Amino acid sequence: MRNGLEAALVGLAALAALLGAAFAKDNLFQAHAWVLFFVLAVSTVLLLRRVQFASSGKAVTEPDTSGYMDDVVRYGVIATVFWGIAGFLVGVVIAAQLAWPVFNIEPWFNFGRLRPLHTSAVIFAFGGNALIATSFYIVQRTTRARLFGGNLAWFVFWGYQLFIVMAATGYLLGITQSKEYAEPEWYVDLWLTVVWVAYLLVFAGTLARRKEPHIYVANWFFLSFIITVAMLHLVNNMAVPVSFLGVKSYSAFAGVQDALTQWWYGHNAVGFFLTAGFLGMMYYFVPKQAERPVYSYRLSIVHFWALIFLYIWAGPHHLHYTALPDWAQTLGMVFSVMLWMPSWGGMINGLMTLSGAWDKLRTDPVLRMMVISIAFYGMSTFEGPMMSIKSVNSLSHYTDWTIGHVHSGALGWNGMISFGAIYFLVPKLWNRERLYSLRLVNWHLWLATLGIVIYAAVMWVAGITQGLMWREYDDQGFLVNSFVETVNAIHPEYVMRTVGGLLYLLGAFLMVYNIWRTIRGDVRHEPAFAPVKSAA
Amino acid sequence: MSFIANHKKLERNLGWLFVFSLVAVLIGGIVEIVPLFYLKNTIEKVEGMRPYTPLELAGRNVYIREGCYVCHSQMIRPFRDEVERYGHYSLAAESMYDHPFQWGSKRTGPDLARVGGRYSDDWHVQHMIDPQSVVPDSIMPGYSFLANAELDPADIGAHLKANRMVGVPYTDEMIENAEVDMIAQADPDADTGDLEERYDKVNIRYFDGDATRLTEMDAIVAYMQMLGTLVDFEAFNADDPDNQR
Repeated sequence: MRNGLEAALVGLAALAALLGAAFAKDNLFQAHAWVLFFVLAVSTVLLLRRVQFASSGKAVTEPDTSGYMDDVVRYGVIATVFWGIAGFLVGVVIAAQLAWPVFNIEPWFNFGRLRPLHTSAVIFAFGGNALIATSFYIVQRTTRARLFGGNLAWFVFWGYQLFIVMAATGYLLGITQSKEYAEPEWYVDLWLTVVWVAYLLVFAGTLARRKEPHIYVANWFFLSFIITVAMLHLVNNMAVPVSFLGVKSYSAFAGVQDALTQWWYGHNAVGFFLTAGFLGMMYYFVPKQAERPVYSYRLSIVHFWALIFLYIWAGPHHLHYTALPDWAQTLGMVFSVMLWMPSWGGMINGLMTLSGAWDKLRTDPVLRMMVISIAFYGMSTFEGPMMSIKSVNSLSHYTDWTIGHVHSGALGWNGMISFGAIYFLVPKLWNRERLYSLRLVNWHLWLATLGIVIYAAVMWVAGITQGLMWREYDDQGFLVNSFVETVNAIHPEYVMRTVGGLLYLLGAFLMVYNIWRTIRGDVRHEPAFAPVKSAA
Repeated sequence: MSFIANHKKLERNLGWLFVFSLVAVLIGGIVEIVPLFYLKNTIEKVEGMRPYTPLELAGRNVYIREGCYVCHSQMIRPFRDEVERYGHYSLAAESMYDHPFQWGSKRTGPDLARVGGRYSDDWHVQHMIDPQSVVPDSIMPGYSFLANAELDPADIGAHLKANRMVGVPYTDEMIENAEVDMIAQADPDADTGDLEERYDKVNIRYFDGDATRLTEMDAIVAYMQMLGTLVDFEAFNADDPDNQR
């Protein structure tokens, strides 16, 4: 009998959720337990419909477990695209809310609740699914081994989706511990811990049964990302719940210690989730797409160890000139500036992998997408160390400059490398000759790039404008601007930012269409891709 | 290159790769975070800090629930313009009972570290219900539902207890009286008992202007009105070597 045990376990979990709703200590926990019950009940029904019994002499069809386990990667690619659209869409909505507050619909759709929904949707739902799917694909190819643990990989996939659904619905209900990028409350955190340990088991288990003597560089990055995120998650989320049947918990740390623990976590969510993991993607997909070996083996060793060692120290630059002791701020600044070097080591290794294959950029928009993502990686990892210098930070902190910086990294680096990986994977995973349309990929590339450039540029202007207006004095030595005047001054930038986000979203919709047609098996007949010639 | 040859051993051995990676990512956090828990000068010696009253704590939880920290900081940096705009720069001691901290990272709206006592209760209530009615160019969302959300004081004692478990010095007496203290703080006509003895500088008013019921609006306004008002800056000497960090 297949799927029987799974169906029973999920059904029991649904029952537990129902009991949780019945005995809840507060309304929010009750609402959240109902959400969980509904999700698990539907899952139970779906699983029950797939139960196979061995009856009347017919053997249960055992799935083929000889080759790579790619079904879970296929699901992962689709989940990545789905959550990407959801995250970008919420991003456009909250951008519009800042330009026109009338778009706030209290209480569930106010900016304060939608903003964590946006950040978690893009980082953990879109980025997380991209990381899990690509790491499962890459680790199998580079070890020539099937994923370890059988259905454990499916548990990681569905368990992670459950985490996303619980986190997202929680934000709308107002369930948050207010730690940025670690907002989910204690019970969702516990669930993520279970899923993450399973992820580590699948990934490390596959490495352990590798048929290659060496562990490929992409897997160093993935492994360090999984280990570090586990460490950060466990420490930053330490808290005491008020009741085991209530949503609220109180952080184990207070004030200054809590602040540094949070930004040690927060900065390394960037450093490991959004950098190390995505560098793992870069180290596989760029050489594959360019059909060239990685530029420098030695550089990859040096920059890997330097990157993971230095990143951890950079957290205090989020707390410059606060009540955090000076020594910690200075330490954070110094290490952040040093971090520029290993970051650019990764950029150089990625870009120079195209040595001897630069001509491919003319004909291959997927490679173009990967290259532009590395370019954005280089730009953001230069901007970041610069902003971590205390005198620069005194102007940039608390302003939209930071928001612009984050988005040039997230939209440019994480978004583009993920799109490149998706365009690489879909034809391979669904056994298609090629993508439905390369021209659409090119349109996606330019729409997204234009969107990012608008976004980052107007956020620089908005941030620097506001930072300077806050500290503007008149001849008599009085502050010139009231706070709301500085808000009013950047309204045009907020409108333009929404436009930039819309362009990026539009590009992502082109990807959805392109991928849907590719999976269906359609091929668009279009002229060979040689824009340089046609322009001449 | 010998280090390349040595690295070959590392990348052929999953266990060592795991251990080396873990050690590499452990060091920074240990060096930066752990000393904050034992270096005595991390938090200044000040007079006036006390735990939140039950009503203020409930208000703080509304503040967290609504994601106010997403747009409002509570951390005034020691710059001339910030000190003139918001008041004395923030001290570490002022958030020593904050689980979690609410320093924030973005000022889409102004800093709130010392907003207490700057505006009237009526202003706050009107501003929460319809921000644009008092600040026409404001881009803040409305929170009118808070005025109709009744506050249940029944389990606030459990919240105080949880705070005590993580180190906030709530006394047995404070925990026992949490429920009555919460009701009393928003009802000046009732016998407020020893509320003022338990919590120094406590504001006791009908914060939302409605004497008939206790709402989340009462709680959020009570929280707003105490922010940054506790520390006695007359007694604080910033130049004292003990306060230099």
